[in-house]
Order: sequence, then C-alpha cells, then structure tokens
Amino acid sequence: MNIHTDMKSDAIVKLDGVVKKFGEFTAVERADFEIGRGEFLAIMGSSGCGKTTTLRMLAGLEDPTEGDIWLDGERVNGKATWDRDTPMVWQSLALFPFLTVQENVEFSLRMRGISKSERTERARKWLDKMQILEFADRNISQLSGGQRQRVALARALVTEPKILLLDEPLSALDAHLKVRMQAVLSNLQKDLGITFVYVTHSMSEAFAMADRVVIMSRGRIEQIGTPQEIYHAPRNRFVAEFLGSANIFSGRLAGTSGDDWLIDTDHGRFAVSALHAPAKSPGDAVTFIVSAENMRISPEGSGVPGIRARVVGEEFVGATAIVFLETESGEELKVQKSHGELASVDLHPGSTLILHWESETCHVLPGE
Amino acid sequence: MTGNRNFIIDVLLKLHIAACVIFIFAPILGSFVFSLNSDRFPSLPLGQFSTEWYRLIWEDPFVWTGFYNTVIVGFVVAVIATLLGFGGAYTDFRYNFFGKNIYLALALLPPTIPVVIMGLAMLAFLSRVNLSGSTISVIIAHGVMCSPFAMAIIRLRLSQMDPDLEAAAWNLGGNEWATLRHVIIPFTKPAILAALFITMAVSFDEFAVAWFVSGLNETLPVKILGFLQGQVSPRINAIGSLAFVSSITLIILAQILLRNSSKEKS
Repeated sequence: MNIHTDMKSDAIVKLDGVVKKFGEFTAVERADFEIGRGEFLAIMGSSGCGKTTTLRMLAGLEDPTEGDIWLDGERVNGKATWDRDTPMVWQSLALFPFLTVQENVEFSLRMRGISKSERTERARKWLDKMQILEFADRNISQLSGGQRQRVALARALVTEPKILLLDEPLSALDAHLKVRMQAVLSNLQKDLGITFVYVTHSMSEAFAMADRVVIMSRGRIEQIGTPQEIYHAPRNRFVAEFLGSANIFSGRLAGTSGDDWLIDTDHGRFAVSALHAPAKSPGDAVTFIVSAENMRISPEGSGVPGIRARVVGEEFVGATAIVFLETESGEELKVQKSHGELASVDLHPGSTLILHWESETCHVLPGE
Repeated sequence: MTGNRNFIIDVLLKLHIAACVIFIFAPILGSFVFSLNSDRFPSLPLGQFSTEWYRLIWEDPFVWTGFYNTVIVGFVVAVIATLLGFGGAYTDFRYNFFGKNIYLALALLPPTIPVVIMGLAMLAFLSRVNLSGSTISVIIAHGVMCSPFAMAIIRLRLSQMDPDLEAAAWNLGGNEWATLRHVIIPFTKPAILAALFITMAVSFDEFAVAWFVSGLNETLPVKILGFLQGQVSPRINAIGSLAFVSSITLIILAQILLRNSSKEKS
C-alpha cells in the first residue's frame, strides 16, 4: 500500500483503526483521524477518556493493540520512542532536577551524540527564543512555574521536530499565567509552522488555541471539528453536555412546517430548524439544543408562548450573567445574557419567568 | 504551636528522650572513658589519663589482621550489596510482574532472620560448596545480609522520583541504557553513596555470621570476642571505641547524603 496516495498530502499523522487495551480495560476504543502538517490539534475530554493514551501512542510510549499509526509517511507501530522525533511536554514537566536549565535543554542533543559545541549553541538559541537565556546555569528548583514551562518547551523543541506533543502542560499554572502561556504557545506554533497535538481537559484552552478539536469520552471519539463547528453544532448529547453552555431538549418528531421540524417535548410542541439534522421519520426520537445565550426571557404573564421556569440562582461571568432556572418538572435550564438585558426582569430566586427562542437558533443533535 | 503545648507533657517527653539517649550511649561512653584510663580494671575512681591501650592495640599484629579483614570485607560487601540493592530497587520501580510482592518480601527478608540461624545456614551451605572459612565466605554472607539495606535506601530515593522522568528521557532520544546512566543513576546517586556507607557499617559491626563462617580469617568483631574469652583487657575498650567511631561516621555520612537529597527534591 502506498501511503502517499492513501493519506491526505498535508497529513503528518494518521491513526487508522487504533485501539489500545490494558488487559480488560479499553483505553482507546477506535481512533480514526488525521492530523495536518502545521495544524494545532487539541484532544479534549475528562480524565480517563483516553486522550493521554492517544498522545502516548503518538509519542511511542504505548503501542496500539490494534490498528496502525502513520507518522510522516512511515508506519511507526512498535518503533521505540527514542527512535522517533516526537518530543512531549509533560503535565509534570518532567524536567531533570539534577541538571541545570541548559543541560536539560541539551539532553536530547546529547542522547543523539551531537558535539558539545553544537549542543551548547543550539540549546542557547532555544533558551534565547524562549526568553530564559539568563537562567541557563540555574537549577530547575530555582525557577518559577512559568520559567519551568519555557524550559520544558525549549527542551522539547531543541531538535526542531516536525511535531510537538503536549500533555496538559498548563494545568499547574494559575489563571493569569495560563492565559499568557496560551498566547506563547499559540504564537510559537504559528512561528514554527510545526504540528502541535495538545491534550487538555479544559475547553477554554482547547478552543482558544486549536485549529481543530477532538472530543473524547470513555475511549471513544465523540466529535472532531473546528472550535466553531463543535460549539455551534455539537454532534451528540455528550458533547453538548461537555460544553456545558446549552439547554438540551428531547422529544419526538411530529411533522414539518416549512424548513422546520415540529417536535413534541414534555414542555409542548416546538418548531426547530432542521438544517444539520439527519433523516428522520415522524415518531422518531429527536434531541435538540438551544444555547444559553440564544435563550430569551419574558416576564410571567406577558403572554409569550414558552417554558415556565423558576429562577434558582445567578452567576456573574464578566460582562454577562448566567441565570439558572428550574422547570416545573425539575429540569435545569440556563440563560446567559448581558447585565443590561437582564435588568428588566425579576431575577429573585423563586420568581417565575417564560423562556423561549427562535426556531433557527435550535440545533438538532445529529448523533442522537 | 507553642501556645498549645502543655508544659508538663513537654518536660516529660524531653526527659524521656534524654533517658533513651543516656541508656543507649552511656555504655559506649563508659567504654570510651575507660579506654583512656591507666587502670587495669574498669573501676571508679579513675586512674591516670593514658593512651597505653591504644598503643598496645596499635602494636598488636592480630588486631591489624582483623582490621585489615574487616576493611576488605566491608569495601567489597558495600560494592556488591549496593549493586544488588540497586538492581532490586530498580526492578521494583520499573516493572510490574506476577509475584512481585513475593519477590519484594524475599529480597527484604535477610535482616529479619535471627543471625545465629543465618550464620549456621551460611556455614552449612558454604562448607558444602567449599567456600567456608575464608574471607570470600564472609563477603558472601555479609553481601546477603547487607543487600536489603541498600535496596531499601535506593528504593526510597526512587520513590521520590517523578515517574515521568524516565519516560521523558526515552522520549528525548535516550534508550534504556542511556537513560539508566544519564537519569536514573544521577538521580539516585546520593542514595547509592548512602547505601555504600550503610552497608559498609553493617558489615563492620556484624559479628555472629562472621564468627560462623570466617574460620581463621577473623574480622575485628570476632577478634574482640577472642580477646574477651582469653583475658579481660582494657584494650577491648580501645578497639570498641575505634569501631564505634568508624561505624557512626559512615552512618552520619549516609544520613547527611539522604537528607540533602530529599531537600533538593523540589
């Protein structure tokens, strides 16, 4: 088989039916996707979803149980990690505490038998690029969290690899530094033009930096797409719940009205835009979402048709607030609006409001 | 913290510690004092200050051969036991396998066996393979007894290591040997040195097993027993003091190394 005809010409990584089992436990159920050259791909999911295992298989630290992994046109199953050039930035950073900053950065060059003078030169170039040249002779324990992060990046990038693997590298940093390091990573990836595969449990990190996001859960890939696609058109209930910003409604298809579907739910019949919806027949179960910012609020008694719900609480999120409500049947709903828009309604806990929305802001989950 | 302390409990605890320390060190201190006393028998009041007993053992060729045997055995045992201990500890750190708990229990077992039984068993075994009664036999027996100490010390150090460190080194292009050399050994170096000192100290002091297997190549502790059986001489005090000083030096060195290494771990 000629891989070049088989693979998109711009793909550097291809996972072909990759399965990873640890004894009885299936860590990765079946991964089939490609990663483009120069792409920033985030793999996102909660702990134990298989994201780190997938990354470790790319690094060569785990071998797939089934399926093939192709790296830059070469099948790499069984190829040891030290024979690949797939450096990883670890969650713990895994810097060598007994070496200085510069010796840490030189490590992979030393393992490759590169001369002392060249090692020094290349390490110093990367330390300079990461703006930590002044700390070259320090011990790791003398550095701050952000500086260590930069050492870890320099150490991984010093061989000028085509792909960099990152395993939740920012999770130990405080919020402010995290945002700064996100910018550093983003710019670095654009400057170098190499592929970044970034594993995280944080949606904000993934969506802020990645070109494409892979969402995993319990070893399965739930959705792959750009942050825009995933945010606006989640494929299934899991993704919608994971994103956490949407109200999810289930019902049955009752019929159509123009381009819209009419769906019977516990809360009554709703017209829903069926733009991305899969083929369904009347009577089939349908799940759709309305994102919190597309929800509208009217005071009770305004006569607007919609769902009656009681205010439970309110949370400030910068310029907006999220209002949490509960329907008569106990379902939780949320609405996100600017403070100005919320000023006109009574938000005291216990007060009743009417929630409604435009049919075109609904999204039918195609994977349900 | 101090505000919550009960004064009486505080004083009692301090007294308790002081009593323990006195109980342990008084005999040693006594032996040291009498080693510098001119009297033939250890009795009060003390006689004159004298280094006579040290001069006598300095001039005694039997003491020198014993000391020489002890040092040779100590050095060789330290190296062998530390190598074995490192291997055992690294195996435990790196691999999971069926029966690992049994492996660990067996590896750490020797110090729990009564020394007399250990000595007898060693003598029986070594004489059967024609290795008894020589310096080699003491080395083998002490190697068995000291390895668990080395293993315990190195295992402790490895347990402080970020488990990602080794995989990170592989990921950066080091194969397993290179990683062992450039990451595992540098990281465990303080513990390796501490293990060398401790195992040497254990071998220095060990009497019972050496008595069983050493034959004519007696180590210093065995020599001391010989002295005691023949005559009561204050030379014993002098030898005992020297042996104590060398052991305690090795152990303090080991403690310093271990303490610094756990401090540097960030």
